[in-house]
Amino acid sequence: MSGPRVALFPTCLTDTVYPETAKAVVRLLERLGCDVDFPLDQTCCGQMHFNTGYAEHARPMARAYADVFDSYDHVVAPSGSCAGMVRENHPNLCAASPAATRTYELSEFLVDVLGVVDVGAHFPHRVTYHPTCHSLRMLGVGDKPLRLLRAVSGLELVALPQAEQCCGFGGTFALKNAETSTAMLADKMRCVQDTGAQVVTAGDNSCLMQIGGGLSRMRAGVRTVHLAEILASTQEEPWVATP
Amino acid sequence: MGRNPVTWLGSPTFPDAARDALGDTQLRGNLRKATTTIRGKRESAVAELGDWEELRRAGESVKDDVLANLDTYLERLEAAVTDRGGVVHWARDAEEANRIVLDLVQAEDTDEVVKVKSMATAEIGLNEALADGGVNAIETDLAEVIVQLGDDRPSHILVPAIHRNRAEIKEIFAQMPEPPTSDDPHALAEAARKYLRRKFLSAKVAISGANFGVADTGSIVVVESEGNGRMCLTLPETLITVMGVEKVLPRWQDLEVFLQLLPRSSTAERMNPYTSTWSGVTPGDGPQKFHLVLLDNGRTSTLADEVGRQALRCIRCSACLNVCPVYERTGGQAYGSVYPGPIGAILAPQLAGDLHDEQAASLPYASSLCGACYEVCPVRINIPEVLTHLRAEVVEAKGKRTPEAMAMSAAAWVFGDRRRYEAAQKAGSLTRFLARDGTLSSLPWPGSKWTDTRDAPVVPKESFRAWWRRNRG
Ligand code: SF4
Repeated sequence: MSGPRVALFPTCLTDTVYPETAKAVVRLLERLGCDVDFPLDQTCCGQMHFNTGYAEHARPMARAYADVFDSYDHVVAPSGSCAGMVRENHPNLCAASPAATRTYELSEFLVDVLGVVDVGAHFPHRVTYHPTCHSLRMLGVGDKPLRLLRAVSGLELVALPQAEQCCGFGGTFALKNAETSTAMLADKMRCVQDTGAQVVTAGDNSCLMQIGGGLSRMRAGVRTVHLAEILASTQEEPWVATP
Repeated sequence: MGRNPVTWLGSPTFPDAARDALGDTQLRGNLRKATTTIRGKRESAVAELGDWEELRRAGESVKDDVLANLDTYLERLEAAVTDRGGVVHWARDAEEANRIVLDLVQAEDTDEVVKVKSMATAEIGLNEALADGGVNAIETDLAEVIVQLGDDRPSHILVPAIHRNRAEIKEIFAQMPEPPTSDDPHALAEAARKYLRRKFLSAKVAISGANFGVADTGSIVVVESEGNGRMCLTLPETLITVMGVEKVLPRWQDLEVFLQLLPRSSTAERMNPYTSTWSGVTPGDGPQKFHLVLLDNGRTSTLADEVGRQALRCIRCSACLNVCPVYERTGGQAYGSVYPGPIGAILAPQLAGDLHDEQAASLPYASSLCGACYEVCPVRINIPEVLTHLRAEVVEAKGKRTPEAMAMSAAAWVFGDRRRYEAAQKAGSLTRFLARDGTLSSLPWPGSKWTDTRDAPVVPKESFRAWWRRNRG
């Protein structure tokens, strides 16, 4: 293939727990003409360690990330917080590497690098979008995900009230301050339910794990679907719910 | 040297205190209402200025210059104040500052002083120290009056009684000589006014903090809304100002930047109602004796920390509290310090200077790192960066033998090698057998911290990499 050579960094969480999201990124990027590779030596960007106060453990992970990804034109991660970790914090943890500056969150890569907004997706559902904190404030993705969603055929986009409020995940915060995290989640779920959406989407499976875990517990009947899976869905190959 | 009172003795750790606060639905209602309103107002006040980002950068760079040359500017300030008839005192810590102030008050032969709202004096527990010395310190800011008469603790930098509603305030004011007739805001304010007027007219000594101290001119600046400050700063014979050393500004012109940044961020006003400034003593006008107490209390040791020192840029606007999703739900008292919210989470543990203390060590974790605070901070303090930096210091203080440190080491060891990572993935996917009807609703500790309130995802049999290998490998 002649398109840009893109390495996929699905993140350890998605690789392990949400493989459908990673498969969706592969499908989407290949449909858009990219030459996608998944270097098998990758593991984790070190975000959990770094954010919890274990920067010394994160340091070798940052170095390993550079070794794995330095030779690619672009690295794409379907996660605002992991892309943010790599771009903002890796340069302080190990010597500046090409990999860190060439790492993109999915919506940035699509809009800024590939220059597409209409990715030819079809998703006939009522959807609301939660802008995750790190994509919003660390990476500054702005309305890129919304522009991508607006171009999806069949999709009815409904605005999420108080969208920019944190869902309460915050990595180990969700365990260390579980009660506060849950109080934040409760408000987020109320806002999601107020929209009447069938699906809540975001660019980060960690936040969706929090929101989805809460919605499932209260049997709210609203599903969480990663942005990549919506964008990968087409008339011919529609998105199917995993059990 | 005594214990630094910036964190309250005997306070529970943040998660414990938060648990209690979260159960208080009245508190959560009061806070949600108050913070949501001020948040929206701040946004519009800031949006009016086309050069807000430039102003923030200007504020940041002036403060960074101050911090880099603190000694020079402080000596300049001391000389200018002395030149204009004031007396400058240096206090290393809370104990020293309290002693200096008590001595000065006693020298005036009085047992009652009026106070302008001040974070520095609250930080050092001045009122309590004065009370121990037989001096009654009367707060005159309306919200401070509510806290003081309610025998309560503050929960917000700007509005220390933000956790109280009108009905509660009426009850607290019942002890005034002329109590309010209803919980109508006018009636409450009128009662406070009558109570305070007597105090203003009889006080011989006033105590204030300072928002800024201008090195070049020796001018102290106090910014306020109610006019109670103006009364205190002009009526009594003697004025004592306690100012954190980081509040110094090099030049008078620097106020141009900060008098725009502060009110818009703080009360969402273009300009605050009262800005008082004085330089030493003016014969025949205002207080005839002026003392400036320059307070360190952990500031120079904070300054020594290259990442943490940016917390000293803080101008106490409280914008970070108002946007913080954690603060909105737990309130300020859960932080166990006069400095709550995001700034409290980075400033209180640094000033306290002891991360072996469980309570102080819990503060940097009182955040989901959402970054809303950094976005609004008028002097661009990267609060999330300082939080993770302090977390690393907490981890170091706790040592390698805690269950968490051992779990983190194990996780790092797993992530350190692809084969170990893949083996762990396979082991993790076995948890799918714990699932019922496709949901995983109960895990053993510490996973129970998750599943108490949320379902956990079911780890599928085949990871993405296994799929990739099968299809593309
Ligand atoms: S840290 Fe920034 S936003 Fe928070 S009170 Fe201080 S100046 Fe205001």
